[in-house]
Amino acid sequence: MASQKLLEKKIKKIEKLLPKSIINELLAKLKDLDISEDKLNKIIKEVVKEYRYVEVDPGEAVGTVAAQSIGEPSTQMTLRTFHYAGVRELNVTLGLPRLIEIVDARREPSTPIMTVYLDEEHRYDKTKAIEMARKIEYTTIENVAKTIDVDLLTSSIIIVLDKEMMKDKGVTLEQIIKALERLKIGKITIEEEQIRISIPQQEAEGIVKISKLNKLREKVTNARIKGLKGVKRAIVQKKGNEYVIITDGSNFSNVLSIKGVDHRRTITNDIHEIEKVLGIEAARIAIVNEIMKVLEDQGLDVDIRHILLIADMMTRTGRVRQVGRHGVSGEKPSVLARAAFEVTVKHLLEGAARGEIDELKGITENVIVGQIIPLGTGIVELYMKPSFSKKSESK
Amino acid sequence: MVEAPKRIKAIKFGLLPPDIIRKMSVTAIVTADTYDEDGAPIDGGLMDKKLGSIEPGQRCPVCGNTMGECPGHFGHLELARPVIHVGFVKLIHSLLKATCHSCGRVLIPQKDVERYLRLLRKLQAKWPALARRLNEDLLKKALKTTTCPHCKAKQYKIKLEKPTTFYEERKEGVRKLTPIEVRERLEKIPDADVKLLGLDPEGARPEWMVCTVLPIPPVTVRPSIFLESGIRAEDDLTHKLADIVRINERLRENIEAGAPELIIEDLWDLLQYHVTTYFDNEVPGIPPAKHRSGRPLRTLAQRLKGKEGRFRGHLSGKRVDFSARTVISPDPNISINEVGVPVEVAKILTVPEKVTPWNMEELRKLILNGPYKWPGANYIIRPDGRRIDLRFVKDRKALAETITVGYTVERHLRDGDIVLFNRQPSLHRMSIMAHRVKILPGKTFRLNLAVCPPYNADFDGDEMNLHVPQSIEARGEARTLMLVQTQILSPRYGGPIIGALQDYISGAYLLTLKSTLLTKEEVAELLTIGKYEGEIPEPAILSPKEYWTGKQIFSLFLPKDFSFINKTSTCIKCETCFYETCPYDAYLVIVKGQLVTGVLDKKAIGAQVTESMLHRLIKEYGEDYARKFLDNVFRVFLRYIEKHGFTMKLDDVIVPEEAIKEVENILKEAERRVYELIDEFKKGELEPIPGRTLEETLELRIMEVLADARDKAGEIATKYLKRTNHAYVMAMTGARGNILNLTQMSATLGQQSVRGQRIVRGYTKRTLPHFKAEDLGPAPKGFVYGSFSRGLSPVEMFFHAAGGREGLVDTAVRTSQSGYMQRRLINALQDLKVEYDGTVRLPEGHIVQFRYGEDGADPSRTDHGKAVNVDRIIQKILSSEA
Repeated sequence: MASQKLLEKKIKKIEKLLPKSIINELLAKLKDLDISEDKLNKIIKEVVKEYRYVEVDPGEAVGTVAAQSIGEPSTQMTLRTFHYAGVRELNVTLGLPRLIEIVDARREPSTPIMTVYLDEEHRYDKTKAIEMARKIEYTTIENVAKTIDVDLLTSSIIIVLDKEMMKDKGVTLEQIIKALERLKIGKITIEEEQIRISIPQQEAEGIVKISKLNKLREKVTNARIKGLKGVKRAIVQKKGNEYVIITDGSNFSNVLSIKGVDHRRTITNDIHEIEKVLGIEAARIAIVNEIMKVLEDQGLDVDIRHILLIADMMTRTGRVRQVGRHGVSGEKPSVLARAAFEVTVKHLLEGAARGEIDELKGITENVIVGQIIPLGTGIVELYMKPSFSKKSESK
Repeated sequence: MVEAPKRIKAIKFGLLPPDIIRKMSVTAIVTADTYDEDGAPIDGGLMDKKLGSIEPGQRCPVCGNTMGECPGHFGHLELARPVIHVGFVKLIHSLLKATCHSCGRVLIPQKDVERYLRLLRKLQAKWPALARRLNEDLLKKALKTTTCPHCKAKQYKIKLEKPTTFYEERKEGVRKLTPIEVRERLEKIPDADVKLLGLDPEGARPEWMVCTVLPIPPVTVRPSIFLESGIRAEDDLTHKLADIVRINERLRENIEAGAPELIIEDLWDLLQYHVTTYFDNEVPGIPPAKHRSGRPLRTLAQRLKGKEGRFRGHLSGKRVDFSARTVISPDPNISINEVGVPVEVAKILTVPEKVTPWNMEELRKLILNGPYKWPGANYIIRPDGRRIDLRFVKDRKALAETITVGYTVERHLRDGDIVLFNRQPSLHRMSIMAHRVKILPGKTFRLNLAVCPPYNADFDGDEMNLHVPQSIEARGEARTLMLVQTQILSPRYGGPIIGALQDYISGAYLLTLKSTLLTKEEVAELLTIGKYEGEIPEPAILSPKEYWTGKQIFSLFLPKDFSFINKTSTCIKCETCFYETCPYDAYLVIVKGQLVTGVLDKKAIGAQVTESMLHRLIKEYGEDYARKFLDNVFRVFLRYIEKHGFTMKLDDVIVPEEAIKEVENILKEAERRVYELIDEFKKGELEPIPGRTLEETLELRIMEVLADARDKAGEIATKYLKRTNHAYVMAMTGARGNILNLTQMSATLGQQSVRGQRIVRGYTKRTLPHFKAEDLGPAPKGFVYGSFSRGLSPVEMFFHAAGGREGLVDTAVRTSQSGYMQRRLINALQDLKVEYDGTVRLPEGHIVQFRYGEDGADPSRTDHGKAVNVDRIIQKILSSEA
């Protein structure tokens, strides 16, 4: 401990040689150690030596290794789409289908889910959390109505409310009335158990057409009372010492602006939504996290470096690209590489019309023409001149 | 002397202009006939001699080469009327729409044209992708314009009727545009405007997309084959070309004879059809051209496309020589980096060896042995490059004397040669590793059992491939980069993928048991098999007889400075853990190369287990030590298990009567509970899980109860199994099987499921007629009370088969899906490499990562993902003497 200054001095010397994560680990672990300078030197020397050994070799085919490291274990994954990942109430796509979904960069995940964290005020109280969940859950008239009928005689729509559902969803009568008023389709009257909306007759037609009434009924049925579009269900769950809301359906941009939501931790599994709301860097991290989640759930051990590389390739242009024909592979500059992957003829014809030049820098292209591939030991472009070595020897 | 190998720098793609087609042609094709009555090719026919030499012995009249050397030569066919190239119809369509029909300019004002051209040039130099976007935007812009900004002519709508007919919608009415008119319009477009629309006017003038001359491919790409009956069968392409030539001739004759326009037009359309299907026989909207037998013809596009097409089938993947394939079988006595090769194989595969003063005598002996006696040689290559086939040499003795420095001998494969060994599917780099050859009798390839995990191989009939690298460079790279011991640590997770499995683990466990005592003879045997060189330690028990413990023997193979502590999987999870002083020997403690307590199990020496004892050994003592450890120590384990005897018998899974009673009680109780739940459900008293319907809730609850019952039954059954029971030992140490398997054998199979649900399909409202309708109880929904040892009832057996079938279907579907995903991943990422500056880049030089994996560490060298294991280093330094 007395050597705190010494330690810092020593570390400073090797700072440029090691990545930050190792420097920090060294500092943290040596801080509380009371050891001689000699041993300290030895440890630091050993760490630097070890890191030198661990560093990747130039020319290493890191891309292929990454692809293999994800592809190989995927043969051992389950195909079962549905899995109860801690949440008994919700189905979550996991395993191979989810992995394919992520690398495909599908517009919408097959089971969009948000994990909504709450702020200090709502975090620890279950009733407050439930209140928040109700605010988020998308509720329409249909959810709280027993029946919605069309009365042709009086040309009106009659809604019979379900008191129990109203209680469950936390909807008050005023909210329903307000939602109906917003539609602006007729006069609203409350009659005991039911609500009547009288449709004003249009002068020209005389009576309101049945088809129009049915259309209006549809409109009433789907009228939003509260909540966010797309959020089919919101369930409160205990996670550690706090309550979080798990939702079925995702509406990331809107949930962040709701008061009481901890917008720093709230997350969705829809990568495109994250890209739209938080930007490409966030999308990159989301891809890494989602892939890691799938692999961990299946009990498969894959180094994060491989997944980082895939995420980087998917996001390097500033938007999320699919791994495949309509993304990473389809945008390669080489005609031959594209033709060798999929839709061969189209790429060849297009390449011809555009007068494209294949520089033969990639792997497939060089395999096709039968040359040494520019990878691994193939990146060395040095040739020895036997006569040269003889001359230098004689000198 | 040595020249740097020639490299192709770039390939430019473009269209063949008509005059070039004529220039490169060796003959005009004028007749659809191929051979005359004598079977000789007709001049000016499709099999014209000038098109290339395809018969053995025949010399090509153009280049003078014989078959094999002559590359073939193109001919050409003058079309009587031009036709549109199907591949470019869409492009032609947009070109027609984007340009003026009278002046041929793009429908973009002149001053914009100039501005955009400048912009385009800049973009093409720096951002080719953006240049493409600009082209697309300009095209869209031109399409919107209705009057030509250059000559003020009004533009008409141009319609494309698929696949190849264009119509112009004028006020007077709809008019068909003949290919001649289309070509005229395309000719009018100036080069600069073509550039704006994204085409390359030098390499691909738009009018070249309307064919006036067809190149006739050389016969070498469409050779005829002789059937067994001696009849000559022509290639699909030849058939198609014959159609084209025939119709072309008819069209020309009709035109020359001044036939009515209607007939000419019909023939023209027919010519268009044939040319279209010649290019692509899968164009939507027209019937594919068929062979006489009704099989669709395989024309140009079909030859390139798909898995068996030219690209994926011949250019990305190639056939090789110097390879062998046969069934594999195990051999625990060879090293992990060896492969046993049958003599039959070794006599065919050869290694070229240059003659030097030092190996001349030896090579002479090989030549004397000849091609049929191993070790021999198959060929001799003279300094002038001529090959001598030893099969046809009468006097090998004389020949052997003639070889001098400068000759090369292709000698048989022999012990110590480096070969590549591979098992498909090659899912990761450890699927191809370099081994050293060991010639063995027998007809199979032999491999050490420890290398099964990286190849994912077993011996139920698997076959593997073997390749012999032919150049010194290839052998050198194989030896330093691909040898088995260099691949022990997997780049997937930074841990050993090679390690103990099955009997190795059982053997290691039995050897290191506390109760294992060995006599002097036994110790000597084990140490010999393990190639131990050194002193035998003091016996642990001196009297009445000298006995050594298994732990002592194992310790002899450990490095003297190795220490390791870990819990074993034999731990029975006591309430208070005594750690290093575990009374059940369930804590592995190695201090300075001495196994103090604990037993070896999968967690210590297993394959694909990280941070195990084996992992530590490999990391700290290097790959060569690891290889020797895997070779020698593992052989000791096997020898011990052989001596000890290890089988699984029926008695191992049969539990006493009272255990069966207990299990039955548990299952009965569960059944009662299930019917209780059903009752509650019927009365409407069941509390639903939020977000689930009542029915779903009931299902979930029932499944919970039944799963719980099976687990409990398993606990009871395993409680009655002795720890020395071999089946139990295997499950406990991780050698093979798990507790669930034991439960299913001795207690109950439990719930069978399809799609994660209890079995529901079958008859209306019930699975089988043996049950009452709508019975939601355990048995009618696929709960199997029986166990494998006591047997299943017929109904239970049926449910079990249903569950088993799902597993099979699942595997079949999964392999295709994950295979395709891996292909896409590989294709997307294969060009990435680490540069000398530590960045990860694409071949164009674009940086993808500034530092690979954020810390520049190679995952296969990391310690389970950690670049540097700081803890281990600190511990090591601290424990070493100051």
